[in-house]
Amino acid sequence: MIEIQDVRKSFGPLEVLKGVSMNVERGEVVSVIGGSGSGKSTLLMCINGLEGIEGGRILVDGTDVHARGTNLNKLRRKIGIVFQQWNAFPHLTVLENVMLAPRRVLGKSRAEAEAIAIEKLTHVGLKDKLFGYPSRLSGGQQQRMAIARALAMSPDYMLFDEVTSALDPQLVGEVLDTMRMLSSEGMTMVVVTHEIRFARDVSNRVAFVHRGRIHEIGSPEQVINNPRRAETIEFLKSVR
Amino acid sequence: MFNATVSAHDILFMLRGAAVTLGLTFWAVLGGTLLGVGFGLLRASLPGWPSLALGLILDIFRSVPLLIQIILANAFAPLVGIDLDGFTIACIVLAVYGAAYCTEIVRASVLAVPLATRRAARSLGMTWSDDLVAIVFPMALRVGLPGWIGLALGLMKDSSLVLWIGVIELLRAAQIVITRTQEPLLVLGVAGAIYFLISFPIARIGEWLERRWREQ
Amino acid sequence: MNYSFHWRPVFESLPLLLGGCLVTVEIAALSTAIAIVLGVALAFGRISGSKTAAWFALGWIEFGRNTPGLLQIYFAYFGLGSLGVHLNSYAALTAGIAFNSSAYLAEIFRGGMRAIPATQARAARSLGMTSWQTSRHVVLPQLFRIVYYPITNQMIFAVLMTALGLTVGLDTDLAGVTQQLNVLTYRTFEYFSVAAVLYYLIAKAMTGAARLIAWRLFRY
Repeated sequence: MIEIQDVRKSFGPLEVLKGVSMNVERGEVVSVIGGSGSGKSTLLMCINGLEGIEGGRILVDGTDVHARGTNLNKLRRKIGIVFQQWNAFPHLTVLENVMLAPRRVLGKSRAEAEAIAIEKLTHVGLKDKLFGYPSRLSGGQQQRMAIARALAMSPDYMLFDEVTSALDPQLVGEVLDTMRMLSSEGMTMVVVTHEIRFARDVSNRVAFVHRGRIHEIGSPEQVINNPRRAETIEFLKSVR
Repeated sequence: MFNATVSAHDILFMLRGAAVTLGLTFWAVLGGTLLGVGFGLLRASLPGWPSLALGLILDIFRSVPLLIQIILANAFAPLVGIDLDGFTIACIVLAVYGAAYCTEIVRASVLAVPLATRRAARSLGMTWSDDLVAIVFPMALRVGLPGWIGLALGLMKDSSLVLWIGVIELLRAAQIVITRTQEPLLVLGVAGAIYFLISFPIARIGEWLERRWREQ
Repeated sequence: MNYSFHWRPVFESLPLLLGGCLVTVEIAALSTAIAIVLGVALAFGRISGSKTAAWFALGWIEFGRNTPGLLQIYFAYFGLGSLGVHLNSYAALTAGIAFNSSAYLAEIFRGGMRAIPATQARAARSLGMTSWQTSRHVVLPQLFRIVYYPITNQMIFAVLMTALGLTVGLDTDLAGVTQQLNVLTYRTFEYFSVAAVLYYLIAKAMTGAARLIAWRLFRY
């Protein structure tokens, strides 16, 4: 379980997260929606320790992410994250991209890592792209490769940071389908997204973040279909 | 700190050498740029084979050490009956050397101007020379100026090589002073400082321009 | 023109000249290797937190780039002598070229590091890789590709710079050997023409070799 307890985060004088609290149970899919600058991406970066926090706590299966003695490298094996700009390693083939972390971080042998990578890449539908370089793939394919790369570590949690925002419209669908598939397999997911329909169809819960605070959180029926707060209504109207 | 054996007279001598350095640089940059612009435009507008041939010939001047070129020019001139002093030979060799590099800078700068922009200008009724002056030149200048500044400074530094054929530029002057005073560190330091004081500000201005133009 | 060209003695001394070529390439390779190590150190020094390191690196780089290479070689040959360090022409030439190249390479490395987006390291760390693993498997391989051609170009510059060995009396590299033969026979034009051709061939061979190696190393 991920426990986010009253988290505060500032970039210099700008306070981006002003006391955010939320829990994510195993097997849940939680979508985080909100306008740009609302702090939702920052929240994600705080969960796996890429960003520090100024107040509050984040616990992943009981481990405090930002505590002094926490081994972040170990913790990150349990948390997979996919970024908006997939950040493929350009000098490695698709297969090598996915194999790298299992080999170097988990210590798997070459054969084992290769098997895992092939399995995950097949799972996301990239079986016939194994030996090419990421530069040859479309954005959607590179993003699916990034998902496979994160999955290869067998994480307990997957974080998605607006993973379709940088894609051409016709490529968005394939990535959302992959994410849908993962959710149906029981993966615990925190998805920061602009795709309201996806959030409504796939999530167990939706959180609306506005100006560094969670204004509403609940089932998709509650938050998207029957929003209560004015800001939520305004936001949903603006993205329809 | 200031050793009495290196006199003001010595410093003046070196400054006169610096003037020769600047003179060499001036002629080299002038000649090199004029030739370079000419060749560069040629290379940019000629079709495949002639452009390549010209490029290969100029490449020779970038693939042979400058000192060797200076020695060869100096040895060749009397053979064909040309009687030139060291300074003139030096200027010619430096200019040709500079032209070889300048050609590539000009060529790349001209080719960097998007064809679409030039087509738009021609569609508006501008003539070929209008296009060149009003469109290609300003845009190419932005691309090429930082590199050209680097080339000019490079020619100034390379002018030190002409000491081999007897031209008393800054470094040779320094060498002469060292022979007299036996203070190599101090004298070379002064010479280095003079080069530095000329080169550094110009280099920085070039970098500033490059940054500024890249942001626009 | 009442000068008759005598090419035969030049071709008969070809073995000597070729021996000089080997020394030339040797000096270029050695000085470039040293320059790479120094360049990396300087690049790190430049961005280091320590004020002294940053200023020292900046001073070295700016002095190296704004003064003539010949001056730097003179420093090594004549200047160091008054500090008690006596370098022979070979060592002074190599040191001078290494100093000069290191200044340029430092800027090349610095630019290269900035060309790699920070997001690459972020992605690697997110997968649980340590700082060292990230550098070794993600950052450095990409840096190597970015700086590869600049480094090979610098090495070719180094080959051309070795000719300056003449000014400090080096007589074993191509220019030095050519000069020795010139002093004996006064056939300046013939000997240096052949030397020029040899330099050209060395430069082209190195460019070709660099491309070949790149083709094998970088597959994308």
